[in-house]
Amino acid sequence: MSSKPATASSKSAPGPNQAPLEEEEAYASHKKVYPREVHGLFANLRILGITVLLGLFYGVAWLPWDGRQAVLLDLPARKFYIFGLTFWPQDFFYFAWLLVIAALTLFYVTSLAGRLWCGYACPQTVWTEIFLWIERKVEGTRNQQIKRDKGDLTPAKFRVKALKHFIWITFSLFTGFTFVGYFTPIRELAGAFAPWSLGPWETFWVFFYGFATYGNAGWMREQVCIYMCPYARFQSAMFDKDTLIIAYDEGRGDPRGSRKRNVDPHEVGLGDCVDCTLCEQVCPTGIDIRDGLQYQCIGCAACIDVCDEVMDKMGYEKGLIRYTTEHAMAGKITHILRPRTIMYTLILVALSAGLVYEISQRMLLDLDVIRDRNSLYRETNEGLVENVYTLKVINMDEKTHRYQLEVSGESAGIEDLELALNDEIIEVESGEVLNLPVSVRVDPVALKHPSTEIEFILYAEDAPMELRRRQGARFLGPVTSR
Amino acid sequence: MTANDFTFTSNFWNLWIIVLTLANIFACWWLIRWSSKPRPGEANVGDVTGHKWDETLEEYNNPLPKWWLWLFYITLVFSLVYLVLYPGLGSFRGVLNWTQQDAYAKEIQQSDEHYGPLFKKYAATPVPDLVSDDGAIKIGQRLFVNYCASCHGSDAGGTTGFPNLRDTVWLYGGTPDAIKTSILEGRNGVMPAWGAVLNDKGVEEVTAYVLQLNGREADVTLASAGQTHFATYCAACHGAEGKGNPALGAPDLTNNNWLYGGSPGVISQTIANGRNGQMPAHRDFLGEDKTHLLTTYIYSLSNKP
Repeated sequence: MSSKPATASSKSAPGPNQAPLEEEEAYASHKKVYPREVHGLFANLRILGITVLLGLFYGVAWLPWDGRQAVLLDLPARKFYIFGLTFWPQDFFYFAWLLVIAALTLFYVTSLAGRLWCGYACPQTVWTEIFLWIERKVEGTRNQQIKRDKGDLTPAKFRVKALKHFIWITFSLFTGFTFVGYFTPIRELAGAFAPWSLGPWETFWVFFYGFATYGNAGWMREQVCIYMCPYARFQSAMFDKDTLIIAYDEGRGDPRGSRKRNVDPHEVGLGDCVDCTLCEQVCPTGIDIRDGLQYQCIGCAACIDVCDEVMDKMGYEKGLIRYTTEHAMAGKITHILRPRTIMYTLILVALSAGLVYEISQRMLLDLDVIRDRNSLYRETNEGLVENVYTLKVINMDEKTHRYQLEVSGESAGIEDLELALNDEIIEVESGEVLNLPVSVRVDPVALKHPSTEIEFILYAEDAPMELRRRQGARFLGPVTSR
Repeated sequence: MTANDFTFTSNFWNLWIIVLTLANIFACWWLIRWSSKPRPGEANVGDVTGHKWDETLEEYNNPLPKWWLWLFYITLVFSLVYLVLYPGLGSFRGVLNWTQQDAYAKEIQQSDEHYGPLFKKYAATPVPDLVSDDGAIKIGQRLFVNYCASCHGSDAGGTTGFPNLRDTVWLYGGTPDAIKTSILEGRNGVMPAWGAVLNDKGVEEVTAYVLQLNGREADVTLASAGQTHFATYCAACHGAEGKGNPALGAPDLTNNNWLYGGSPGVISQTIANGRNGQMPAHRDFLGEDKTHLLTTYIYSLSNKP
């Protein structure tokens, strides 16, 4: 896919990006894009996407679960609650796994159906749509906005602008508040919000995330997609001639030109495109889809909706701009099953099944062994060689357990390893990490090597088979001449 | 050099840093200005540059947004503001007078205010009563692992040269007060070297007597010669019967508990070359309240509730 410049078109009226650029600067001043309001099937789909996604974002934070917040990422306690599951830092592996699945899903959807993510689900699109909606409610239609922005700053204009920014900022702060509500219990946060007794970090993140929302959705908008988003740049690698794209049917539409409704276009030598430029006016990134596939196109299908409306009014067939593929445009067959989609499907299914299986098989007991480093070994007054270890016993289960600890030197052929504990009862509460110093002794005669592999075996008294961990360790003794 | 005195030996380096820093900032500013202007011969904005790959892939000279350029200028302004506020320009302290020492002291004070009450609430309870308090023991154990385990072992079992804190044998006494004093003020256990005074023969004799005190087999002739030396040189600290003296930290030689090892060879070495055991003082570092909890934990190891 070649990247056509936004300035290449000279066929149409000057759009926002076609204004003359200053000669002496290699940097362009930003020209605001005023997307026109659009109605139709795809606009409705996007509204549905926005409602569901934002509903989840603002709603899930308030859901309770078993006396706690359903989704809470408790950073100070290093515990991550997601509905019925509690994750620990050592489970971060699953998170990486999930991210790999998410990335693959993105690639998969892109190779099948193009930039569906950008057009309907990306937070940048979702929040920008909300901000555009607020802007239209306060400032009026596209034409009213353009006219107001060209005019002088009157008290009336100031009032309108101030109102818009006030609503934007309030909404942004609420967004920042909700975001922090996933890290600090949101009900406590709400209680602390009114008397403004938030902690310094909470305050910072409410404002930071609020500012990012306000800046990205209010001011940056399409520039995030065009200049900042890496996905927009590398998605061309996932496109091929069978990928679903939004395209203008040049063969049917050209030559463009306005005509009366009752005139047959073929008689006056025109195509179906009436050159109303509505497709440019609704474009949130300010491009002209009729220039062909461009990296700036986020696949929102606003131009399809608006063009279909025009075609309807003109009594022409819909779909002058439509979802299609390069193959379909060239009159060839579109292949949905192709090596890359088959590969993506297989990998995705395997990875997702693996993740679900792994999480369901997760052992809710963990054991770490840390060997003392103050001395290699020590001799007891009875002449035994002794090594000291700190065991970290982590009970990830929802209830308190008592555990039994054993030590085994079987793999090294040592039978009489002796275990010494300060306290014979090992009881760990739910969610607790117990520090358990233990010493292991043996008669040096039994040691065949200065360094021996031993094993700790820990199991719950009430579930010795299900909750059982083995952890290897090293036992050091004197260098023997034998 | 004190904390508030950080001048250079000569003013040259001071000026060197200032000039270098400011010159770099100026150079960055100049570079951004220079590179934001089109070069002669460059393609016009929006035109193709003439670079072509794979037959159809062309590069356009598309402009970057202007706010992008401004980000660079903002970083320069930021660096200048920073250099005015904080130390960075040679020996100039910055108008905020910020130092690492102050920042550290402030953080320590904050954490003391924050965590202090956690330790404080146990301070009034005497150690023997606190032993049955699970919470206190757990805090004590964590403190022990942090501050003591690197020498005494995480099971408090000690090792050669570092006493076992789990048994009932104490060099300086095992009462809560004695343990607390050991932690707060430290201990310095000195066994002088007697090799030069006693000669090899004398060391051998004293070793034999110590083994006899310990109830082990020893050459009777050597031991009786050793007893005379012991009365002269050793009894002052270890006592006439070799029972030791907790006031000096002199160990009891009649039990089978050895800090440096109890084989005849090691005992001879100890007599000939002496020993120097050091327990550092922790008063400034830990304070009374934490020490109280540490004492409780250590006391609990040999005094089960």
